[in-house]
Amino acid sequence: MFSLAEKTVLLTGASGGIGGAIARAVRERGAHVGLSGTRVKALQAVASDIGAGAYVLPADLSTPDGVNQLVAAATDALGGIDILINNAGLTRDSLAIRLKDEDWQTVIDVNLTATFRLSRAVLRSMVKARWGRIINISSIVGITGNAGQTNYAASKAGIIGMSKALAQEVANRSVTVNCVAPGFITTAMTEALSTSQTQKLLTNIPTGRLGTVHDISAACIYLASEEAAYVTGHTLHVNGGMAMI
Amino acid sequence: MSDVADRVKKIVIEHLGVDEEKVVESANFIEDLGADSLDTVELVMAFEEEFGCEIPDDAAENISTIKNAIDFIETQQG
Repeated sequence: MFSLAEKTVLLTGASGGIGGAIARAVRERGAHVGLSGTRVKALQAVASDIGAGAYVLPADLSTPDGVNQLVAAATDALGGIDILINNAGLTRDSLAIRLKDEDWQTVIDVNLTATFRLSRAVLRSMVKARWGRIINISSIVGITGNAGQTNYAASKAGIIGMSKALAQEVANRSVTVNCVAPGFITTAMTEALSTSQTQKLLTNIPTGRLGTVHDISAACIYLASEEAAYVTGHTLHVNGGMAMI
Repeated sequence: MSDVADRVKKIVIEHLGVDEEKVVESANFIEDLGADSLDTVELVMAFEEEFGCEIPDDAAENISTIKNAIDFIETQQG
């Protein structure tokens, strides 16, 4: 079950906590993986940790050229892209009343627009091959909202709507498009929270713990697999029961 | 038969996987050759690549038969 042998994966945001875990997980299942991100040293560290079958593909996803160059480099390194995992994302948090246009735009550009552009760029070969998987990493706040994150929540909700529309366009070519929406996951970002903040968070999480990066990578493995062929346009919520949708 | 017609037909045969004898100039991509909307977009993109031209959306909407495609491309190249 859930083998990715002989498959090729292009993963963005590969140097982060969740990205690194997804990279390792898809490689363990047999896929070759292109690791994209902006921090070359961090990408190299993930790649050397994984060993053979991982390729470092630095990219700036904030421009159309950056996206096209990444797809060309990934196709070159991997011989094709069977599975695209759009995991790159950033935050520029501020209460809306003080949120700058620039911070709104940056978050929309990287989280939503680059996700669309990358998906568009890989679609043609997937449609032609009559097989493909696009997995977009959304967020629970795309559904529930979160004070201080109007830009981030909009981008993550946008990813879900975009994925559903795209899923309908390519479903009969055996290309599926799905989202994974993490809740609170233990990463460098959440480790910065104080103990009392964490305690408060946990009261809202029925499973009684924060999620791990493995909880997210496991969801990606499932959606990438042959076994998930009949699942498309779906958002898999991985949040410990914090929001049951 | 013109060179453009040959190349157009070859693309259609390859892309839609239809028999050569069905690919006559009057054939409608959707009604006669079983194409769906995504197929027609892919065909237009394949024509653009093959002939190095740009087919705007409003022109693409009017390309529903093999003959439409050949005529449009020949006009562009003319």
